[in-house]
Amino acid sequence: MNGWGRWVSGLSMIRDIESQGSLGLVTSGLGNTGNCFREYFMHKFRAMLGKNRIIFPGEKVLLAVSGGPASSAMLRQVQEGLSRETAKKLRFIPSVIYVDEGAVRGQSPAQREQSLACMETLLQATGFPYYLVHLEQELLKLFEAVQTMTAKEELLQMLRTHLILQTARTKGYTKVMTGETCTRVAIKLLTNLALGRGAFLAVDTGFKDNRHGDVMVVRPLREYMAKEIAFYNHFFDVPTVIAPPLPTKRRDKPSFRHVVESFLLGLQKDFPSTISTVYRTGEKLSADRAKPSCEAERCLLCLCALDLDGEEELALEPTLIIDEPELERNGAERKSAYIPLLCYGCRLTFKELGPVTTLPPYVRAEAQRRIHSAEMQQQNQEVPPEDKELSKS
Amino acid sequence: MAAPVSLQVEFGGGAEFLFDGVKKHQVTLPCQPEPWDIRNLLQWIKQNLLKERPELFMQGESVRPGILVLINEADWELMGELDYKLQDQDTVLFISTLHGG
Repeated sequence: MNGWGRWVSGLSMIRDIESQGSLGLVTSGLGNTGNCFREYFMHKFRAMLGKNRIIFPGEKVLLAVSGGPASSAMLRQVQEGLSRETAKKLRFIPSVIYVDEGAVRGQSPAQREQSLACMETLLQATGFPYYLVHLEQELLKLFEAVQTMTAKEELLQMLRTHLILQTARTKGYTKVMTGETCTRVAIKLLTNLALGRGAFLAVDTGFKDNRHGDVMVVRPLREYMAKEIAFYNHFFDVPTVIAPPLPTKRRDKPSFRHVVESFLLGLQKDFPSTISTVYRTGEKLSADRAKPSCEAERCLLCLCALDLDGEEELALEPTLIIDEPELERNGAERKSAYIPLLCYGCRLTFKELGPVTTLPPYVRAEAQRRIHSAEMQQQNQEVPPEDKELSKS
Repeated sequence: MAAPVSLQVEFGGGAEFLFDGVKKHQVTLPCQPEPWDIRNLLQWIKQNLLKERPELFMQGESVRPGILVLINEADWELMGELDYKLQDQDTVLFISTLHGG
């Protein structure tokens, strides 16, 4: 095949990726077709950022890298984008954050050290400033006390977000980039629907997530299929450090996410537009409801706006929480006191967590502050009987 | 009779965790009456290489959805998937896309 032929076949392959998800680099060695794929990949990344116009030149952006294939590909895209000489060069200032979750993922200290060492080498090679933060060993008690895999996964995600957010805030980053792919976004969409997070689908899966106000989370990979990322990483030697999955006892259906993943990927096999259809449906959602009007209206765990008003609470509370009288005697707050501080979805997750004493200190501190503040408010509103008499006469 | 077939079998994307963490395996498939194809390679892998949790790698006679297969750097969908007849010195790469990241 002459050069022109290869270029044309490269383009038709690119079209194939979009419609069918099938990619073939049939020529051994990449040649022109490899370059086409690489250009297409880079173009999509730039177009995503350009079309949304929310990252400003010179802005400090924190890249959340897990070592997994997608976030590693994202890191590579940023490196490539910044090194371009043309006017299309990316112009923000990146740093990288890696959250070490080895303690709660059941990795042995030796494995953790090895993963961290590999990650550090990888990050050093980029030349970008980076932060290595750790989900602490103390959280292991919290995770062990969680009753279901679903709740564990949700919790892990939330704690990771809190950590990334805290780093972004203290170090002055206004944007965080995360590497969710189209595949991951579609799975998250359906999973979150099942988890009772319907009100927040737009911020949980959209390109921009502005629930925090001061720090915006963006998802530049959300139009890339997991398959494209896998091929890209393979052909362009993108280094990854893959963590073992969360340990699980139940073999076939360990969590909502697993069930949805099996469902979608299974369907996708025979109907290759499944994932993009789910994704495009998600694009139509509006994010209006997710940003809270004040801090008191923010869910303690997922940080979205509280989506329930008073009446529904009363229906949920009796079925949800079993208080632990021994803990209360020790001065711990009632587990049921947390309910008004959580959105609907997080209440369901919270129900499956262990005692409040296993929660991270900063979560408890915030909860105690709000519970106390609510009690003060209630006291101020209650009119003492003597005053009522006085006002009558 | 099919001659013995030497292959490079590789695992990536997290699939290697099911194979003792080893990414590259040089294998020689023994002589057998039917020609070797991907279908019976998978059975061979299940019996000889897979250390744990076969359901995380295979579903029925094929790979689990979410696991990509490359034969000599090409998507197996273009090569006939399970029916592709293996040649000596082929490379078969299995990449898992199930670990997110």
